Amino acid sequence: MTNPNPESGSPDKEPATEAQAAQTAAGGAGRAATMAAPKRPEPEGRPSLGRLFLDNLWAANTVTVTVLALVLAMIVGAILIIVSDPEVLATYSYITAQPTDALNASWTVVSEAYANLFKGAVFDPETFSGWLNGDNGWQAVLGPISETLTYTAPLVFTGLSVALAFRGGLFNIGAQGQATIGVILAALAGFLLPLPPVLHLLVALLAGAVGGAIWGFIPGILKARTGAHEVINTIMLNYIAVYFLSWIIVQNGVQNPDRSDAISKPVESSAQLPRLLGDNLRVHAGILLAVLATWFVAWLLNRSTLGFELRAVGANPDAARTAGISVTRTYVLIMVIAGLLAGLGGSQMVLGSTANALTPLVVAQIGFDGILVALLGRVKPWGVLLAALLFGALQAGGNRMQSYSGISLELVTVLQALIVIFIAAPALVKAIFQLRAARAARLQTSLAKGW
Amino acid sequence: MSTMAVPDVAVATVDEGFWTRNRKVGAILLALGVLSAVLFGALATDQQARFTLSETEGGAALEINGTIGAVGFGIITAAAGAALLAGVPKRWFTPLLGVGVVGFVLSFLCWQVSAAPAGQNFMPLVNVVRGTFILALPLIFGALAGVLCERSGVVNVAIEGQLLMGAFSGALFGSISGNVWVGLVAAALGGALISLLLAVFAIRYLVDQVVMGIVLNLLAVGVTGFLYERLMQTNAERYNSAPRFGTWEIPLLKDIPLLGPALFRGNIFLYLGLLLVLVIHIALFRTRWGLRTRSVGEHPTAADTLGVKVLGLRYRNVLLAGVVAGIGGASYTLALYSFTKNMIGGKGFIALAALIFGRWSPTGALLAALFFGFADQLGTYLGAINSIIPSQFLAMLPYLATILAVAGLVGRVRAPAADGKPYIKG
Repeated sequence: MTNPNPESGSPDKEPATEAQAAQTAAGGAGRAATMAAPKRPEPEGRPSLGRLFLDNLWAANTVTVTVLALVLAMIVGAILIIVSDPEVLATYSYITAQPTDALNASWTVVSEAYANLFKGAVFDPETFSGWLNGDNGWQAVLGPISETLTYTAPLVFTGLSVALAFRGGLFNIGAQGQATIGVILAALAGFLLPLPPVLHLLVALLAGAVGGAIWGFIPGILKARTGAHEVINTIMLNYIAVYFLSWIIVQNGVQNPDRSDAISKPVESSAQLPRLLGDNLRVHAGILLAVLATWFVAWLLNRSTLGFELRAVGANPDAARTAGISVTRTYVLIMVIAGLLAGLGGSQMVLGSTANALTPLVVAQIGFDGILVALLGRVKPWGVLLAALLFGALQAGGNRMQSYSGISLELVTVLQALIVIFIAAPALVKAIFQLRAARAARLQTSLAKGW
Repeated sequence: MSTMAVPDVAVATVDEGFWTRNRKVGAILLALGVLSAVLFGALATDQQARFTLSETEGGAALEINGTIGAVGFGIITAAAGAALLAGVPKRWFTPLLGVGVVGFVLSFLCWQVSAAPAGQNFMPLVNVVRGTFILALPLIFGALAGVLCERSGVVNVAIEGQLLMGAFSGALFGSISGNVWVGLVAAALGGALISLLLAVFAIRYLVDQVVMGIVLNLLAVGVTGFLYERLMQTNAERYNSAPRFGTWEIPLLKDIPLLGPALFRGNIFLYLGLLLVLVIHIALFRTRWGLRTRSVGEHPTAADTLGVKVLGLRYRNVLLAGVVAGIGGASYTLALYSFTKNMIGGKGFIALAALIFGRWSPTGALLAALFFGFADQLGTYLGAINSIIPSQFLAMLPYLATILAVAGLVGRVRAPAADGKPYIKG
């Protein structure tokens, strides 16, 4: 018997025969004759758009896996909230006698925490009704969004930094250090140089970018010249930058003369990024720069010669070298640009609205969070922007969760780490939720290689 | 492919022409020696620099005039550098490098000790040696955890997280049970928990191991920080007051001058750490398990062909690494301090540096950890005598040393060949 469906190309004849048998039974003898012809049987024509959507909804595609990873992370977070609350835990001691107590208590504490997370990050209905009644201004309604965008802006830069290096086959763990050097130079330019307003801001941003670029150049040139692995060197440079920061803060001329603790002079207002929605809301022009940077990196990666070379080197350095691309030059350039982006992200930590002076913890975790953001964004520029938005929202919401529900801000770190763990192992999410295999599953964020 | 190997861009070509690695290092040592003889010599004072063999100013001491010491040891360093530059046989490289580095450090110390404020021109060597070991202890445990993982081909960047989780669960369960041994077991299991996640995701789900390590560190910081705020801060009495291991003195050995008080009047963790270095070294290079571990780390396909269960061995070694690192974490909370948020504070990454600087071998890691511990201790000492050298620059030393080592300046540093590459059978 010949395969009635040669185009399917399946070496395994059993399914085809089965399908044919089924169709024969359903369609009757007349249909069977047409199937002998080498024409693809299409009983229903192309599936409708709605059908395609439903098919893909429960398949292991990027969006579904991301959403489910978020759900899984929040479930684990809820468990943590419950087991760390002695009062709720006490209700579990008699769960067999009265299960409703335990469930109600758990539901109350978890739902309250996550409701505050949402209200702090996106929208609080009370402020909206307050605005309609005239109790508070429109600023209060936009407050959560403003907070989210404030936290998002630097993460976009560090995320882009890591993602760009990833695409070139380099793992930039040094975004933290690059951001640290960036923030130092930006702050120094911000309070040491007497310049007119707009120029001062530009110079401070440039200083931050240069600082980051220098800190990226070192591992880049070491990788290109000696083959020293960039992961090791960037980790080491992160810590060197941290100690350099803690040293420079307490130097004469840098330390705030009115303070005895480790804090520098404040950056002058002429070097501050302008706020976008009035002085009461913290959102500043950094978010616009972030969008611009995303567009630039997208253009660089997909439209420029350098981007082509970069992707070629990332895909296969040997082939790239054979094709006449200078791999060493590309590595150095990748790290310099990655450092530049991270440096810009770092400078926002003093030029934006989160702080205006150097402290030992001024850069927070933005470099390490940038790694997570890049992975969550599937190392694509616009994906990074969305991922940074999610992380910024978690951060902003976490602040409210801490002050309203008394849930430690560390829960946000746990959620962020868990989301990325689930994203990085799509096979696990797929197995948990019994997802179909996606048609075009490009979830492999893995770039595994040794050092 | 996710398993694609990207070779180094430039295989360090150092043996060509006049400027061999020996000569480069020699030139650097010569410059350092001249610098220390001139600069440290000029800055040192005529005070006697006393290195006392006790914890105080009194007792037996090694003494040398500050200026003479600074200049003399600088000249020794310069001579070692000059010998390397002149092109001595290769086997002289390590001894000469050692002499050069030690000379430089001694020259520096002569300057610092002699220039200290009046009445403080002494360095209590017992304190220094003991402090070095105490500060190196978490690094030793962490680096050993790294050795176990990476020798079998799994990159372990999660040392920090393993130490932190060990410290946390040691403190938590030690406090609840009121028993140090329960705390110790819990700490080992805590470290193993992070290891288990690393193993499952790296081996089963083929997630990039460096990525997984970074994420696990954040997860450990988050989980322990969260539970610390929720449990330990609200009820420190119940959840964060673990009993501590006391000091165990070893008879006879404790009376050895200098080493006795520093080494043989320690706690269980000090002995355990040193013992583990020995055990893992012998096991790795002298036993069947060690041979299999190394072969799985270098060439898993070949090992598999010969019947070694690659994935099983990797799982076991990664879990074992978690146990070792967890105990290392407990060396904080079951011996020294009560748990605080993020109390490891980057020691896991210095341990990683020690692992690399020690070239992925247990004894090398021990020496590197001691060197880093010494730098740390020196920073404390210099702070106490109001030195003009900022302690932050000494704190940078481990990281700088590692960068130099990886860049091929201080010998070739080569990771196990299959380190970080997931093994897919078939």
